[in-house]
Amino acid sequence: MAANEAELRALMRASLAGDAHAHRTLLNQLSASLRAYYKTRLARIGRSATEAEDLMQEALMAIHTRRHTYDPAEALTPWVYAIARYKLIDHLRGTRSSMTDLPLEDAEEIVAQDDYVGTESANDLTRLLGALPDKMRLAIQAVKLDGLSVAEAASQCGMSESAVKVNVHRGLKALSASIAREKRS
Amino acid sequence: MKTEDLISMLSTNLEPVDHRRMVRNVCLAVIAGAAAAVATVYFLFGPRTDLTTAESFVPPLLKVALTLVILVPASIYLIRLARPGGERRFPAALLALPFVAVMLLVAVSLQFAPSSHWNGKIFGDEWLECVISIPLIAIVPFSVIVWTVRQMAPTNLSRTGAFVGLVAGCLSATGYALHCADDTVPFFALWYGGTIALCTFAGWKLGPKLLRW
Repeated sequence: MAANEAELRALMRASLAGDAHAHRTLLNQLSASLRAYYKTRLARIGRSATEAEDLMQEALMAIHTRRHTYDPAEALTPWVYAIARYKLIDHLRGTRSSMTDLPLEDAEEIVAQDDYVGTESANDLTRLLGALPDKMRLAIQAVKLDGLSVAEAASQCGMSESAVKVNVHRGLKALSASIAREKRS
Repeated sequence: MKTEDLISMLSTNLEPVDHRRMVRNVCLAVIAGAAAAVATVYFLFGPRTDLTTAESFVPPLLKVALTLVILVPASIYLIRLARPGGERRFPAALLALPFVAVMLLVAVSLQFAPSSHWNGKIFGDEWLECVISIPLIAIVPFSVIVWTVRQMAPTNLSRTGAFVGLVAGCLSATGYALHCADDTVPFFALWYGGTIALCTFAGWKLGPKLLRW
């Protein structure tokens, strides 16, 4: 991750300023780095690539919903790494029970180095969205999935524009929390 | 869910984020906690009644000033700890520093008093009330700050919890100083310092449970 710190940092600054394209590029690059990070570490203890993908998506959600905790005066890589590491430790603590079964036949997972090959994670967006309160679900559906502007979403959902924004914000945080919670249970 | 779908969802209609919001929110939480502590003391305990002359204001102001000396750096470190990886450039021993300083202060001030007076200086009239009140008054500031820090992303939960406890303890002690009439340095150092340390310990223990994200 350290190789292109300057580039990632520039992307992060732009994304904090509201540049959606920069945000997408940033998340794409970070997802590749995080995938490699989790795949190698989880493969060592015999965990699947799907689990690594789950964890990577959880970390990506955390990076998105907590991006206000990044201080632009500081380097980005350590910030991302701290989140990745925190989520890994939290994940391992929550799933310790299954650490006793280490299948030997998963050895080839270690050489699965292609960072950009993502598997489908077990996180089911439709189901996770369905568990959210109505207002949050509607707001996320309209603004984040259908790509409507906040004004359009407001008239479609019958909410004020600020209510739409608040519900999108809260909804994403709730989504992030339910991904983390679901995994533990 | 495919990761590209997730990224696409997160990037659609992206809202700009103010990174200064974080510092502002911690400051607001500390101010709200201070207001809660002062209000609790004022309405539940009542302010000191012995402050009649201008000079009599000096000891309580000194006590407030001493707790602020701990409060301000502790809050600055709390902001740092609330960011991912914030614990990196931070020696844990720093936490013990204010307490060591306070204990030195006790030792020095006891040097200047005859040993027969030590008992009165250390225990004062209401040490027990002080020990019980400060942690109780700290509950509301502690909750407010925990709630605020939960919106952030601390990656060392025990240490962040300890600092939340330390800040809440200082706020509580500042409020309590408006009520407590024991002004000797050893009393202040031992009982205020001790209960603030207790709040710090409680925060350290509760941090991993309360601050998890």
